[in-house]
Amino acid sequence: MKKTIITVVGKDTVGIIAKTCTYLADNNINILDISQTIVSDYFNMMMIVDMNKATKKFGVVADELEELGKSIGVIIKCQQEDIFNSMHRI
Amino acid sequence: MINIFEVNETNDMIEKENLDVRTITLGISLLDCCSEDVDKTCDKIYEKITHKAEKLVSVGEDISHEFGIPIVNKRISVTPVSLIGASSCRSTDDFVKIAKTLDRAASTVGINFLGGYSALVSKGMTSADEMLIRSIPEALSTTNLVCSSVNLGSTKTGINMDAVRLMGEIIKETAEKTRDNDSIGCAKLVVFCNAPDDNPFMAGAFHGVTEADSIINVGVSGPGVVKYALEKVRGESFEVLCETIKKTAFKVTRVGQLVAREASNMLGVPFGIVDLSLAPTPAIGDSVADILCEIGLEHAGAPGTTAALALLNDQVKKGGVMASSYVGGLSGAFIPVSEDQGMIDAVNAGALTLEKLEAMTCVCSVGLDMIAIPGDTKATTISGIIADEMAIGMVNQKTTAVRLIPVIGKGVGEKAEFGGLLGYAPIMPVNGFSCDAFVNRTGRIPAPIHSFKN
Repeated sequence: MKKTIITVVGKDTVGIIAKTCTYLADNNINILDISQTIVSDYFNMMMIVDMNKATKKFGVVADELEELGKSIGVIIKCQQEDIFNSMHRI
Repeated sequence: MINIFEVNETNDMIEKENLDVRTITLGISLLDCCSEDVDKTCDKIYEKITHKAEKLVSVGEDISHEFGIPIVNKRISVTPVSLIGASSCRSTDDFVKIAKTLDRAASTVGINFLGGYSALVSKGMTSADEMLIRSIPEALSTTNLVCSSVNLGSTKTGINMDAVRLMGEIIKETAEKTRDNDSIGCAKLVVFCNAPDDNPFMAGAFHGVTEADSIINVGVSGPGVVKYALEKVRGESFEVLCETIKKTAFKVTRVGQLVAREASNMLGVPFGIVDLSLAPTPAIGDSVADILCEIGLEHAGAPGTTAALALLNDQVKKGGVMASSYVGGLSGAFIPVSEDQGMIDAVNAGALTLEKLEAMTCVCSVGLDMIAIPGDTKATTISGIIADEMAIGMVNQKTTAVRLIPVIGKGVGEKAEFGGLLGYAPIMPVNGFSCDAFVNRTGRIPAPIHSFKN
């Protein structure tokens, strides 16, 4: 199963997780894992999601999440897991 | 499972430290485009390139989107054109016709450079080779995207001094023809010793005759990533320094390997090699010279520079080799002057001279790269500089290259502006003593002995 990593970085505010998760649910994207930290007042979240049954294509989801991020005032990136696996796992 | 710190580390490299894939280069063999008529050859070339590379740019953009990593350049390398045109070109104008066809094909598919307007003359020149070389000034001044390279020597064959002498004149002529744009034609022209067949980087990329019909080669980059990693180990021992470079190079190369595999799958073209090079750009924080400073030099060019560069180059290879299944191309640290802000600063500070750059090329990849020299430098002097650099490559069994830009109408103290990825360069002084009698001898320098290494 190909997994996708979604990262959300920005100034902490109410409803970041809620809005992101709602978008994912609406598009049939399953969240497998969430971790979150606050680095020097900045909200920093990583989600591992399964997009195999998503209703939209990867590129569209990535663009829409980026737009959603802009509306909340955070940066949302959507990347295939492979780039992290290749860099950090032998 | 991947954790948040690893994800953040990768994304910081991309967003803050200028990590990118410098180029996906599609090598295309044009051997099946040869014919007896130059117009027919041109048609076949245009057809083949636009067909094979139809999706290159869009695939590059898709991969970039999927992994969130910039892929800066999409390029094409082709079989050396002197071979392709040998049966149909009767004059230099015929070769220029092919150059224009290549330029048209390159702009149709949307790439930013096409390499392979080349001749391999390390031992001797055929009449087609010589004709192609003589057509270079016209070809480079009438096209935008075509890059040219000439292999003048090798460890196995020695150095073709007749071709070295000719290239001195050709470089001057190319500079003259593009004098209105600070002689930018010369930035698209490089001469080699031991040129690799699978180099994805411009201006020296060509698709060697030993290669398959088409192939994907990828060049990674990341001087900024290495520099930031070294900032964290200031004052530590050489062991720690080397380990840090090695680990960083490993990570950077893995990204290149991933992109190469993905591009190969999506285009249905076999994967060739990953070129493990540290290729700087004029952007701040994307400089090889800055790494040398971080290792402990006040400026690139200070005593210790050659040793620091040797260490850097070797560790990049050691880390990178394990990260990729096939490594090739130039693989090492590039030290172009105009494309590296740290190098430019070093020249302006008086720390870096042409002679020191020559010494540095003994231990790193490529050679005297993107160096602006006074426009009134004699052709024989340029040939002398080329011969020196070729000798370093020949004796040390490594690739060396020369890309000098005699900026017509300008002298030491002024600067040449090329724009974009090519940057700008302060014009460096050249040793003015004559080598005319040396360069004007005919024939070639024999291959060196491969024993009694000292």
